[in-house]
Formats: sequence, C-alpha cells, structure tokens
Amino acid sequence: MKFLPTSDADRAEMLAAIGVSSVDDLFVSIPASVRQAPSLPPPLSEIEVRRLFGGLAKKNANAKETAFFLGAGLYHHYTSAIADQMLYRAEWLTAYTPYQPEVSQGTLQSIFEFQTHICLLTGLDVANASLYEGASALVEALLMAERLCPGRTKAVLSQAIHPEYRETVRTYFTNLALEIVEVPVGPDGATDAAALAAAIDEKTFAVAVQSPNFYGIVEDWSAASVAAHAKGALGLAVVAEAASLALLASPGEKGIDIACGEAQSLGVPMHNGGPILGFLACRTAHQRQIPGRLVGQTHDAEGHRAFCLTLSTREQHIRREKATSNICTNQGLMALAANIHMSLLGKHGLREVAQQSHAKAEYLKGRISALPEYRLPYPGPTFNEFLVEGPRAAAPMIAELARRGILAGVPLSRFGGPTNQFLVAVTEMNTREEMDRLVSALAEAGGRQ
Amino acid sequence: MSLEVEEKKPAPVDRLHPESRQEPLVFERSGQGKVGYSLPPLDVPDVTAIPKELRREEIAGETEITEVEVARHFTRLSKLNFSIDQKLYPLGSCTMKHNPRINEEVARLPGFAAAHPLAPEEVSQGTLELAWRLEQALIELTGLARVTLQPSAGAQGELAGIVMVRAALEKEGNPRKGVLIPDSAHGTNPASAHFAGYKVRELKSNARGTLDLHVLEEAMTEDVAALMLTAPNTLGIFEDRILEIAEIVHRKGGYLYCDGANFNSFVGLAKPGLMGIDVMHMNLHKTFSTPHGGGGPGSGPVAVCERLVPYLPRPTIERRADGTFTLDLDRPDSIGRLRTFLGNYGMFVRALAYIVSYGNRIGEVAQGAVLNANYIRAGLADLYHLKYDAPTLHEVVFSDKKQAEHGVHNGDIAKRLMDYGFHPPTVSFPLIVHGALMIEPTETEGRASLDAFIHAMREIARDVREDPQIVLNAPHTTPVRRVDEVAAARNLVLRWKPGS
Repeated sequence: MKFLPTSDADRAEMLAAIGVSSVDDLFVSIPASVRQAPSLPPPLSEIEVRRLFGGLAKKNANAKETAFFLGAGLYHHYTSAIADQMLYRAEWLTAYTPYQPEVSQGTLQSIFEFQTHICLLTGLDVANASLYEGASALVEALLMAERLCPGRTKAVLSQAIHPEYRETVRTYFTNLALEIVEVPVGPDGATDAAALAAAIDEKTFAVAVQSPNFYGIVEDWSAASVAAHAKGALGLAVVAEAASLALLASPGEKGIDIACGEAQSLGVPMHNGGPILGFLACRTAHQRQIPGRLVGQTHDAEGHRAFCLTLSTREQHIRREKATSNICTNQGLMALAANIHMSLLGKHGLREVAQQSHAKAEYLKGRISALPEYRLPYPGPTFNEFLVEGPRAAAPMIAELARRGILAGVPLSRFGGPTNQFLVAVTEMNTREEMDRLVSALAEAGGRQ
Repeated sequence: MSLEVEEKKPAPVDRLHPESRQEPLVFERSGQGKVGYSLPPLDVPDVTAIPKELRREEIAGETEITEVEVARHFTRLSKLNFSIDQKLYPLGSCTMKHNPRINEEVARLPGFAAAHPLAPEEVSQGTLELAWRLEQALIELTGLARVTLQPSAGAQGELAGIVMVRAALEKEGNPRKGVLIPDSAHGTNPASAHFAGYKVRELKSNARGTLDLHVLEEAMTEDVAALMLTAPNTLGIFEDRILEIAEIVHRKGGYLYCDGANFNSFVGLAKPGLMGIDVMHMNLHKTFSTPHGGGGPGSGPVAVCERLVPYLPRPTIERRADGTFTLDLDRPDSIGRLRTFLGNYGMFVRALAYIVSYGNRIGEVAQGAVLNANYIRAGLADLYHLKYDAPTLHEVVFSDKKQAEHGVHNGDIAKRLMDYGFHPPTVSFPLIVHGALMIEPTETEGRASLDAFIHAMREIARDVREDPQIVLNAPHTTPVRRVDEVAAARNLVLRWKPGS
C-alpha cells in the first residue's frame, strides 16, 4: 500500500521490540464480537481514482463551462492562479492549528493579516481567525451578543436574512431557551424599518439585518443599529456577499457592533458550497467575548516580533462547558486563500471587482426588466444580485436552460418561496455576451408558457 | 585513520541572522501605485445605482502590491511553518498523517470546485452521487444506519449528534436533563453538550484510565440523555467493556454517543454499530486524511442508528428507484440545518478518494497507526512516565513526572523537540494526565522515522538530567525563539493598523 511505509521486515522487528507476536495482539482490548471487516471493493490505483472522480465531475454543470448566474450566498468571483498554487504548498496544506508558535509563524502571521483585512473591510476593530461559514457565523455572533447582554433572551432577525442562515439559527436556538422574532420586508424589498423598531424591546439582545439581503437589496444598517441601541441591544450586520464590502458603506461606519457572515467571495472558489469561509468582527469593547480562534502579536525571548494564538481561555479546550463556543477548528486554508486574494487585489482590485459586478448586474437587470414577461418585484437598490418574477414556474425553466449551458439563477421555490421568482447573480466573471444570451433565452422561455 | 563519531545533538545555538527569519506584514510591503491584478475591461456602461449614503470611501489601509511580492511574501511565510511533509508530526489527538495529493487534484476538478449546490439536480447528479457514495462507505465502515455529511467539523458533528438524541427523547416525551462525559474527554464534548441544552456530569476515570462501571451505573439515571464516550479514549485506551457500558446506558433508555475522533485506530477492523453505539461523529481530516490546512477546514459527518434517522439534519441525499439522486428536504422530524448548503463538500471528495484508494484494505490504516504508537511506547517507556499502563491503540500519553524532578516540564520538552526537527506532541491535553505528552505517530511513518523520534526523545531525557537549562531555554533553532504568550494576552494586538 503506497501510503504505508513499513516493510514486512521492519514490522517483524517492531513487533519483537514491542514484545508481541502479531499486530492483532495489539488489539486485545477490542472485543472479538464487534470486529468485522468492511465489505468494500479492492483498492483503486491513482489512474482509477482519476477515472472515477472525473466521471462523477463530468455529470455536474459548473461555472467554468456555462453562462453562470447562481448566487444566493455563494458566488463565482475571480480567484487568482497564484492563490491556489500557494495552497498546494505542503507548508500550508499539511500543517495544523498553530498551537506551537515557534514552528507556526507562517500560519499565525497569515491569520493576523487575514484578521486585519476583515477589520479594514468591515470598519470594525477586531476580527477572529475565521469560522466555518456564514450561517454558523451568524449563530456565533448572536450567542456572543447574548453573552454581552446577560439576562436578555430575544433575537430580532430580518426575514431577508438568507433562509438557510435563519434555519441554522433555529436549530441552535431550539435548546437554549432563546427566542427568535422575524421581521418581514417592506414593499421596496428592504427590511420593514417600522416593524423592526417595533419588534425590539428590553428583552432583545441583538438585531440582525443582512445587506445585500437575500433578495439582493442593499439595506441601511444604521436602521438596525440605531433601533437596537435605543433599547440597549446590539446591532448585527450579516454579509453573505462579501465582495460588496468594497463598495458599500461598512458595518462599522453604520454603527454596527458585530459583523458576521460569509467571506467566500473574497478569494475562495465555490467548492460546491464548502469549504467556504465564515467571518466575525466586532468592536474592541466586546473582544473578550468573541468566539473562535484569535491571533495576537507579541515577541519572542530575544525581543523579535512574533505571533501566537491568544485569549485561549475563552475556548473549549480550557473552559469546557463554559466556553464561548464549542468550535475547535477555523477554516485555516480558506482564510489563507482569502488573505492572498485580498492582498493581491488590495485597495483598488477589491473595489474594481465590486464595481464591475455591480455595473454588470445593473446592465442585466435593465435588460431582463425590459422583457415584457418579466418584472422585478422589489424596486430597492441592489449590488450584484436581484430577484426576478417570470411568467411561469422558475425551477423547470431554469433546469431547461441548464441543459443548454446557461445556469440562469436560483429559484425561490428551493427555499419555499413563490414558484415564479428566481434570484440572478452577476459578477466580474460574466461577459456581456453571456448576459445577452441569458436575456434571449429568458425571452424565448418566457414566451413558451 | 580514526573516525570521529559525529555528535548528533544539535548545537545549542544554531541560528541564522534574525533578519532572514522575519517577514514583514503584507501591509508593510505595500507601496502606493503598485498593482497585483488585472481584470478585463468593463464591457457594459459603468454605472453606480446605489445611493451615496449606502456607499463607502476607498478601503483605507488596504494593500497596493505586485504579484511578485505576494509570491515572495507567502512563500517566505510558508517556510516558517512545520508540516507533515517535512517530518513526523506526532501531535496527539490530531492524526497528522500524509495527505495523498491525488485527493487534492480530484477535489479541484471544475465539476466539483466550480459547481454550485443550488444548480438544478438534473445537472448536479455527480455532486449527489459522490456524497451518496461517501455516505454508503461510512455506513459500511461504522455499521450504523445512516450518515449526515453536513457538519462542518467534528465539534459541529458532536452538537448535531447530541441535538438528534435530544430530539428523539423529546419525541418520546422527555428530553431529559443531562449528559455524562468521562474526565478524559476532549473539551469540545462538554461544550457541545452545553449548547444542546444539557447539564454535564463528569465521570472520573478509574486507575486503568477507563470508565469505572460502578460510577457509570450510579450516574446513569433516567434523567441522563446520553453518555458521550470517546473510543478509544484520549489516552489511546479502548474501553474493553464497551458492550457492558452500552447495556447500562440502554437499560435506562439513554443513548450511547461515541466521539469518533479516534476512529482511525480501528477503522476497517471493528464496527461501532456492533458495539452498541447509537451515534458517532467522525473527523474526515483525521481518519480519512483530508488536509489540516493550518487549522481547517474540517468535516464532521455523523453516523446514527435506525432510531435516530428521522432526526438527521436536512437535507438528506436519496437514490431514487431509477438510479438518479435527489435531495430530500421534506423531513418533518429533522433537527434542521447546521449550516448552509451540503457541508464541506470539497472534503467529501478527498475523503472518498482516500477510502476508495484503500478499499477493502482500509484496516491496514488502523493496524499501522497502532503498531507505530506501540513501537514508540516501547521505545520510551523506560525514560518517560506512563500514568496508565493499559494497552493503548493509536496514541500513547506519557507524562513529565520524571523530568519535572529536574525542573523541566512537558512544555519545555515540546520546545526542545523542535531543535531536533520534530513537531512537538500535544501537551495541553488530556487534563487527567498532569504534564501530558500525547504522542500520535500515525500509520504513515516508517520505522526509520519512528527511530529518529525515539532517539530525539531519549536525547532530551538525557539533556534533562545533564543540562536542563538547554531544554528550559529551547527552542534554539526555530525561526523565532520561545514566544511570549502571556504578553500577547496581556497587551492585545489583534491587527495591523494603518500608519503603525
């Protein structure tokens, strides 16, 4: 077996050194009645593995070979050749959590840089080393807010937060005696500001609003932060399309206390939905309640700058059931990918990606809304994704277009929404030609009812 | 001619000039007007249709840097890391084994890496079939009824498992109040139980390092939802009375949860389903060798018995009679979602590639891991104290008891190992061994590598007796000297600031 470097001769000598006659003798503690070999096929060679997985991969439509307009929390943005090639380096790929800082300065410094990038983009003071993904990041942010407002038991969530994020919050909250109140959207597609303010009371610990929201509408986070602060609660910004942070007003400048969500758009391929990249940022005053790993700057015994994991007394391996979170890993390699991406694109590139995505989305939005059979249910401003209402059920229509190499959008029916509505996302990766092709295909499909 | 035997012990001071070991922050390499990217020219009108008050100014402080400098920066940083491909990485409880590169290659196929989970099912059959195949393989390996692949990592798998237990008990009318956890357990167990709304009662281990069945009998009441057992436990000791343990838990109507973090020690040889285990999470980055990536991504599938199947997270992946695959969202008793989309899909690809590469020989993984750990145990047991002498499987936990007599502790031994070119073992854990040195070599080490490690540990034991100062001041050869972690926590600097 090519991954097992022990020769038969070595094994015999090792067994002799241990003082047993067979490897089986080392397993005496496992009762014989529970031992059973699995019924699996014989081992595959590398050639066969390539063949098998190549065959499976071919059955999937993908963004590199289609006109691609899917989003809903996962976006097809530019990723650089250098980022992925860097990720192949064994020093990044095959290292683990930097518990021993003297032999992990690379990972530690990269996380420190990642934390800085997230702070610059969110306009907040402190960011952690990353979390699993957007939905659980929202859960962690809410639980953090609850710890900061002891005795309060209610979270107010906009209904325009990604439905899978809200469902995740429900899963986690069910057993924690915490209440969730959801606030609907108004006619413009943004969270109803009056209903939001009315939902907040002295029991509320957090008010969370997503922007751009699930329908693509750019929201004003100050509505959430002002209303939250009026009742002593914390304002939470949820971001599912982090490319927008380079163009839109930052959570920090809108008075938000904690920003959280999904940073996949910042240099992580879609990966079929995972691994992606949760993030969480907050203000200095709240930093001791931040969940997850944190890297801090310090010095070594000779006074040179060095980095290490810090505030680990918040974490489960020390605090056990009293920990701020049960999470153990972060998304190390994805945070590295994002650090490389943000560093490479920098101040101007991140902005240009956001601006191109927006301008192209505006072009496509204009063209689709000009089709007689289609309309935009919400008039609010959008960043790079928008909701479309068509003349017929969206899911079968989208499946039909998919067979022709166009992934036109995500039908809301997948989230229990109206069957004739679908989300269309545009990024800097889309060409005008692709968009025109989508418009023609929609016109044709819309006419065939 | 006389041959001088070369002293193998590294020189106490063997450092390059510190400049070569330090790398500026990427922000410090930035310079106005530099560009590291290019995009195609915009092929539509450049409009901005967002009100000014909802837009930002430029991202002050962000980088301006070329690709050349990015390449240098991240290559130089990488060289400050220790990694598996360099040498034995015996970090106990983490299973730092070789990561086959074919797995990386196939995970990057556009059909996986550039696919979107919300694409129509008709054009996502490969996605669903691969996940279904992985589930089938894990069912076969665990002997349990079904598996959810959704949890993002082991800790989230634990939470999912305990929440499913709670949902099942609730359905029966009483969710119960608490969960029993041995004192040898990983810290995520009590934290996960807490987030499932349960009180945690810690069970003291016996002198063999295993669960005391009398303590369990007394603690296992009808108020207890589950026993969370790690098998083998964090000492590497398998609970040889697992069948009696399961019987005690089941007699009171509780569930036996298995923390499967150490599944790598018996995968392919024995099945949790036959042990009376009702629910078990696995860490794909441990047993099934998906890369650790400097701290993630992980992936924490959970296998469950028949009774817990209705409560699995949504959606499940089903094969229809015609051989096509579909997502089942209509699961009324499901505990719901734990995250977006299907899970860390890229890890599914790698784990399945690993499983099919071993196929029916996957038991050799466990055999190799256990052989190697016992070889290290035999090579060091005379010099390092072993608190529990029960048979161990894939890892061995020594303590620093003998070295502490010379004022040297496990943390110091860990740092000194770096001078011999090895990553240290785990030293913060398990809590029931004071001064623990938790060593897990994994099956992907050969004898020469194990011998070199044993030699280094023996040399260090001699250093401790003869020259403890050299150990106390270690490491001497690493990119930075011993890092002041206390200062980091006292004076928090968690980011770079523009102008600093």
